[in-house]
Amino acid sequence: MERETLTCIRCPRGCQVTVSLEGGEVVAVEGNCCPRGEAYARKEVTAPERVVTTTVPVDGSTDWAVVSVKTAGDVPKRLVESVVAELSGVRAEAPVHIGDVVLRDVCGTGVDVVATRDAI
Amino acid sequence: MRPEAISRLADYDVAVVGGGSAGLSAAIAAYDAGATRVLVLERDVRLGGILNQCIHNGFGLHRFGEELTGPEYAARYERALGERPIDVMTQTTVLRVVPGQGIVAVSPEHGVFRICCKAVVLAMGCRERPRGALDIPGTRPAGVFTAGTAQHLVNVEGVLPGREVVILGSGDIGLIMARRLTLEGAHVRCVAELMPYSGGLKRNIVQCLDDFGIPLLLSHTVVGVEGQGRVSAITLAKVDDRLRPIPGTEERIPCDTLLLSVGLLPENELSREAGVRINPATRGAYVDDSLMTSVPGVFACGNVLHVHDLVDFVSEEAAHAGECAARYAMGDGSTDTGVAVTVVAGDGVRYTVPSSLHPRTMPEAVTLRFRVTGVREHCRLSAYLGNERVSTRRRDIVVPGEMQELKVRAEQLASAGGDEPLTVVVEGA
Repeated sequence: MERETLTCIRCPRGCQVTVSLEGGEVVAVEGNCCPRGEAYARKEVTAPERVVTTTVPVDGSTDWAVVSVKTAGDVPKRLVESVVAELSGVRAEAPVHIGDVVLRDVCGTGVDVVATRDAI
Repeated sequence: MRPEAISRLADYDVAVVGGGSAGLSAAIAAYDAGATRVLVLERDVRLGGILNQCIHNGFGLHRFGEELTGPEYAARYERALGERPIDVMTQTTVLRVVPGQGIVAVSPEHGVFRICCKAVVLAMGCRERPRGALDIPGTRPAGVFTAGTAQHLVNVEGVLPGREVVILGSGDIGLIMARRLTLEGAHVRCVAELMPYSGGLKRNIVQCLDDFGIPLLLSHTVVGVEGQGRVSAITLAKVDDRLRPIPGTEERIPCDTLLLSVGLLPENELSREAGVRINPATRGAYVDDSLMTSVPGVFACGNVLHVHDLVDFVSEEAAHAGECAARYAMGDGSTDTGVAVTVVAGDGVRYTVPSSLHPRTMPEAVTLRFRVTGVREHCRLSAYLGNERVSTRRRDIVVPGEMQELKVRAEQLASAGGDEPLTVVVEGA
């Protein structure tokens, strides 16, 4: 049996979680304080995911030069840099509101990129 | 100038100095607790404070049960504030807090003015420790920034401050900026940390450094900065267990930017001038269970009181300060709080907030917040009144970078005579 120890990043507590694997299948998760930790650990050893946050330039806003954005959900960790690269060609147009979609289906993940602040 | 000679703009029950996460929460709670005239004074052009530039996620898990980015977290509080008839003055810098009278401030709209208020909540937050506080030898070129300044440049101004970057200090802002600059196309060479452990949250080491293969060099510091005009290289060295650089371990790293993430200092100039007693361990005010400082009617919360790791706890603490300030402002003037129990930082504990409790008037349960002095595994956090353990909890691991909490119930202190302190310790499990 293979064992892997990782630090859960689902909350600031940072539990040390040990995952036991057999033939690539997760058979046990220990050390987590909550169900989020178990879900994170299972994902992290098989298909790790991250939320990506960055900014895109915004045109026509009196307050802001850039507007902060995030992926509306997790995307595969290996695509983090591709997500940012795809966003480097995107500009937003004011007015922007929290939750507005800035880019649909980023990198074919099915996940939208949304604004995280208002830029009027 | 004497405060009475300055034009009086308005009267309030509670005035809140600072419109960041602490100030917003305190103002809302003060209004909800019955103070009908509440004012927030903010020196920036907008509310939200440092949350505006913290575009990463991870805020709000405790408060809202979901992961928000900084701007989203601030927006929720701004919306809640906007739903109440609370006055806000932005671009307004408070010049003086005059105990028992009010506040003197200046703004482009009103010039220098004063307001009268019954209670003041200090919510000014903190500042980053700058290069000048570090005694780093070398030249004085451009390219040395605090991590928060770099964060402002990237996330608010949309400007990249450098391309080849070394970060000194593993505080959370430094770790977050290591990832942020990498995503923006800069090359972060390493993060150097003077102490043998990181000052940041574990999750940030994983998702900001490990995810991007950025090395964390513990027990290292910067011993030289080179460059004419702009930084051209820095020199790192290992340090011994007394934090002194070890000769022969120097490594020169060509780079154009040095970021400093080496600690935060509560911004207490106004508090000091108002006569508020400052705790040297936190550099924030000494407060009691109502978060009132040594000056009656002046309350403190958030990072100006002690530097927090999580905004959720800032909001919670500030709501308590706002509520207590409202009660003070609307109260009958009675200040008889009965016996005070001093809270003492004992073995393994660097400080506690609050530093005194009034068992007769305190809430049913009070959360003691504190930091430990060193890394300890399999331990207990306990509070003792004399020999009696009145509160305890087990922890697998505690580190100085993570604030600890312990709840104490008023009924457990009922027998306290006031001569015996409540001592908080880290002890064996």
